Amino acid sequence: MFGTDRTEEQKLSPKVTDEGNMLRDITLGQYYPADSVIHKLDPRVKITGTFLYIISLFLVRDIWGYAVALAFLASMIFISKVPVSYMVRGLKGILFILLFTAAFNIFFTPGEVIWSFWKIHATREGLRIAIRMVIRLIFLVMGTSIMTLTTTPNQLTDGLEKVLRPLRHIGVPVHEVAMMMSIALSFIPILIEELDKIMKAQSARGADFESKKLSVRMKSMVPVLVPLFVSAFRRAGDLANAMEARCYHGGEGRTRMKPLRYVKRDLLAYLILLIYLALVILAGILF
Amino acid sequence: MSLIKTDKVTYEYIRRDKDGAVEGVNKAVDNVDMSVEQGQFIAILGHNGSGKSTLAKHFNALLHPVEGTVFVDGMDTRAEEHIWDIRQTAGMVFQNPDNQIIGTVVEEDVAFGPENMGVPSREIWERVQKSLKSVDMYTYRKHSPSRLSGGQKQRIAIAGVLAMQPKCIVLDEPTAMLDPVGRREVINAVLELNKKEGITVILITHYMEEVIKADRVFVMDKGRVVMSGSPREVFSRVSEITEIGLSVPQVTLLAQELKKKGVKLPDGLLTCEELVGEICRSLRII
Repeated sequence: MFGTDRTEEQKLSPKVTDEGNMLRDITLGQYYPADSVIHKLDPRVKITGTFLYIISLFLVRDIWGYAVALAFLASMIFISKVPVSYMVRGLKGILFILLFTAAFNIFFTPGEVIWSFWKIHATREGLRIAIRMVIRLIFLVMGTSIMTLTTTPNQLTDGLEKVLRPLRHIGVPVHEVAMMMSIALSFIPILIEELDKIMKAQSARGADFESKKLSVRMKSMVPVLVPLFVSAFRRAGDLANAMEARCYHGGEGRTRMKPLRYVKRDLLAYLILLIYLALVILAGILF
Repeated sequence: MSLIKTDKVTYEYIRRDKDGAVEGVNKAVDNVDMSVEQGQFIAILGHNGSGKSTLAKHFNALLHPVEGTVFVDGMDTRAEEHIWDIRQTAGMVFQNPDNQIIGTVVEEDVAFGPENMGVPSREIWERVQKSLKSVDMYTYRKHSPSRLSGGQKQRIAIAGVLAMQPKCIVLDEPTAMLDPVGRREVINAVLELNKKEGITVILITHYMEEVIKADRVFVMDKGRVVMSGSPREVFSRVSEITEIGLSVPQVTLLAQELKKKGVKLPDGLLTCEELVGEICRSLRII
């Protein structure tokens, strides 16, 4: 009996460490470091660009519009030096949504029946809408992932703070939200380490994180999450003290070490964006 | 004029039961008079719950005294309009290195203080460079703090305070969570700042070895200052110190034991070299 106990313990401990390492290796956001023009662009350009691209996708109605959007997307991916496989990986997450949208549109749009089986009828109109929707979704996800792959989370929050600044006047706490986002990001590795420590401590006391039964696993997470939350609150209190001790008093009168400044290439990027938008609209009118 | 002066400072925590009714009052700081001059290296000693950290939070207006007054560079810490000046004058480094780092890159974290003060960008760069160099962390400026050791993180926290160009740095048990190597790094960095840049240092600790080089030591117990003086004066009172649950440096303890056995030694020996010298001298006399 002793023997079996021991082997089980041995089996358990390396697995837990593996999990800890895995947790620590998760990269923040999905930033892909590379040396490209897109990486160097001001985050504000990338945020506005992505926003405009999404809008443009809803403007296009025909094949020519999609061709322009595809050309733009492809050239951006090429310039960004991010491997296409990274972009495709982003699509995996929405695979189910894609299938669902496609099926829904094909089978539930009334129109000319092209194929039917029992009570289900696929229609020509449905097929057309489905293809359009799927392409639109794929472009949308790939377009936004160019932004997240080429911008560090910190630049992203900085950029968002600047872009959304006008919302201050209608009472949106833009600076505060951006500050919270960047603090949350910098605390992720610390909390992951803490989670790892607590899980090891609990499995040393016999908690079973590997059980095949979901109910057992869920129950064993409770004594992990409670101390994690308690410690997160304590850390938050400490951090608030440390920030106040360093004269933090909100965004008012705050200067930046690295203020966002437009340079030539940013203006050029805006110009290219405008040309792209014009082309999309033109394609809609001409054809 | 003293840089920091406390006048009969008392601070109370109100203990409440589950329903929020007042159960009793804990005096964390009790009638403390203290004055710190510009350029001094001050140590405040005490075991857990002696009120030393609570007192430290009064020095940069994180807490306000219930009774008495705290003056920092002549400013009353209770005056709202001076609060940012006070926090800039007396910077503070805390115990847990992880919980005081705000930036995701070392240099951005150091810049946090000056950014809040509204310093122009160009000057922030200069200050960040200078402060990172003076704690010997300049080569790590582009690193992510989460990958650094505890001692390195604490030195970054010190650099972050330095970038605000304070007259005084209050360190609240900065080495309590570090290994011996990290402790030495941090203490050496602090000593250097005190010697070279003339920054006033108030070090709160319960490690005796860190106190030896201080100009003046305050020993706290149950919220009161029970002893004060030079390290030599304080550590010559071995029995009183052990009575309040603190220990004296090992060398001092050894000297004390030798004296009990009849070796003629003076009181308050602090370093190994001193003890060796004194033992040699007493042997020659015999």
